[in-house]
Amino acid sequence: MERSLQITVTTRTRASTIAGFAALGLIALGLVLPAFASRSLIQDLFFILTMLTLAQLWNLIAGYGGMVSVGQQAFVGIGAYAMFAGVILWGWDPVPAILLGGVAAFLLAIPMAFFAFRLQGAYFAIGTWVIAEVTRLIIAQWKTLGGGTGTSLPREATSDIIGVATIANLFDLRDAAARDVLAYWLALALAVGTMAAIYALLRSRNGLALTALRDNDNAARSIGVDAGRLKWLVFLAAATMTGIVGALIYMQTARISPDAAFSVTSWTAYVIFIVVIGGIGRLEGPIVGVLVFWGLQTAFADYGSWYLLALGLLAIAVMLFAPRGLWGLIADRTGLALFPVQRRLTVTTKGAENA
Amino acid sequence: MIWLDTIVQGLLLGGLYALFAAGLSLVFGIMRLVNLAHGDMIILAAFIVLVVVEATGLNPFLSALIAAPALFAFGWALQWFVFNRVLGKDILPPLLVTFGLSIALQNGMLEVFSADSQRLRAGALESASVDLGVVTVGIMPLLTFASAVVVIFALNQIFYRTALGRAFRATSDDPVTASLMGINPRSVFAMATGLAMVIVTIAALYLGMRSNFDPSIGPARLIFAFEAVIIGGLGSLWGTLIGGAIIGVAQTVGAQINPEWQILAGHLAFLAVLLVRPRGLFPRAVD
Repeated sequence: MERSLQITVTTRTRASTIAGFAALGLIALGLVLPAFASRSLIQDLFFILTMLTLAQLWNLIAGYGGMVSVGQQAFVGIGAYAMFAGVILWGWDPVPAILLGGVAAFLLAIPMAFFAFRLQGAYFAIGTWVIAEVTRLIIAQWKTLGGGTGTSLPREATSDIIGVATIANLFDLRDAAARDVLAYWLALALAVGTMAAIYALLRSRNGLALTALRDNDNAARSIGVDAGRLKWLVFLAAATMTGIVGALIYMQTARISPDAAFSVTSWTAYVIFIVVIGGIGRLEGPIVGVLVFWGLQTAFADYGSWYLLALGLLAIAVMLFAPRGLWGLIADRTGLALFPVQRRLTVTTKGAENA
Repeated sequence: MIWLDTIVQGLLLGGLYALFAAGLSLVFGIMRLVNLAHGDMIILAAFIVLVVVEATGLNPFLSALIAAPALFAFGWALQWFVFNRVLGKDILPPLLVTFGLSIALQNGMLEVFSADSQRLRAGALESASVDLGVVTVGIMPLLTFASAVVVIFALNQIFYRTALGRAFRATSDDPVTASLMGINPRSVFAMATGLAMVIVTIAALYLGMRSNFDPSIGPARLIFAFEAVIIGGLGSLWGTLIGGAIIGVAQTVGAQINPEWQILAGHLAFLAVLLVRPRGLFPRAVD
């Protein structure tokens, strides 16, 4: 009697199916939310969604790609400035000008990767930081966009953004509130799109190769993973998206300065804390992290630097006692994975009759 | 003559950057730990020296001498209780812990010492200068540079002439084999970080006497220090001095052309070196 083994690869779990439907429900709720939510809730959600997107992107390059960049503020800043340039210098509408932010960040990421990829590990971190500083110092020389003191989006540009009038009519809102709704929807689309793209990448061949590289560089190369190509791909993609998020954040703020747009604290330190506290190297981590971060910020922001001091100490404590973050603690106890990327082999034996 | 003067000023400024970098280089060389809080530790040390000055009325040099043992203990404890727990093959945990420490230190100092600019007063020494014929240089920059040379010379002596240095080198090469020979890598690491904090105290002394400082300027000092280390090449302390000098000269020359270009010129010099020699000018250790 001959028997053949049939091997199937699955990543789906029961929890992930439920999580998938829950996510769809949440997205639908998110879309209709502006119809009944207060303006301050919409603004809070805008903050949460943009920080979540930045955190997922950093998690992709550091947590999965093993590239610990401390220079992501370069892409936020250059993206925001490119959007301002599109609006102020060339008279673009702010919404399509957001895409300029992505283009600018992509163009900056090429030389940045060229330099930084010559550096390993910690050197890489500092190298990216130096390049972000260089970008900030150069942008601060750009006098038509306000130089070192910065500038604002002109009133004419912000008053007739595409879609704002429609939203204002639809929900019976003032223009300013309608602008917040528009920014919120764009942030929702970016957050969902980014997470879907990262999840799709991680479940693909390239994603497997990427995590293999992170876990053991030499072993991955020895079985034919093209390390250089993958790192470029992930770094450029994350940079482009970070630039788009930066442009969106500053479309909503409508006021920019080099120190704010290239702030290592706002766009890299906070993002790193979100990822570390939530759980690095997992898609669920930044979601937990951003909720904790937002909760702490809402509760303690009045305490100013005491709050930041505590945040720094919290990150240290998490690294010491729960290096895989809060989600790591949950997953270790329950085995729960909402966005599973682990491949499990199921072996079924088929008995073949009459040999 | 203006250019010669600019270059000499830059070289002397490089001494200060080499002092910033020496502690970083020591810790990185021995345990591959990148301390992203190094710049903030320099500022912390400057504030502690200031506290001693104000409490005792002594001059900054003697105050630094009093502060140094306390900072050694701080570094030793930090390594023993925190950094040793996260050192390993993965570079991410130590990087993130020191990043958290950096933010915590900056904001802690902001609460305790306020955002006001401070300075260590050194009296007549601050403005004294000496005429070297072709150029006139300040006593203070000269003293800074000389101190950098002395610190690096002393570190080299410790490394190659003492039992502690032997333990440093052995642990750096192979912690497992070193521990078979009766060395406790954890305690060697703690000694190294303690020693690095003593160097940090010296760097802080000159930083504080040369210019104003406040809790927010640490990260920029970290970047200068790192650039000096990378330009010099891993494991080469004299290389670090040359790296510091290159950054210093690039900054003063840049500032001479346009005052807004000072910092930018330093960074660009760093990137240029990186482009030509990715492992630095005098790499000794293999990373």
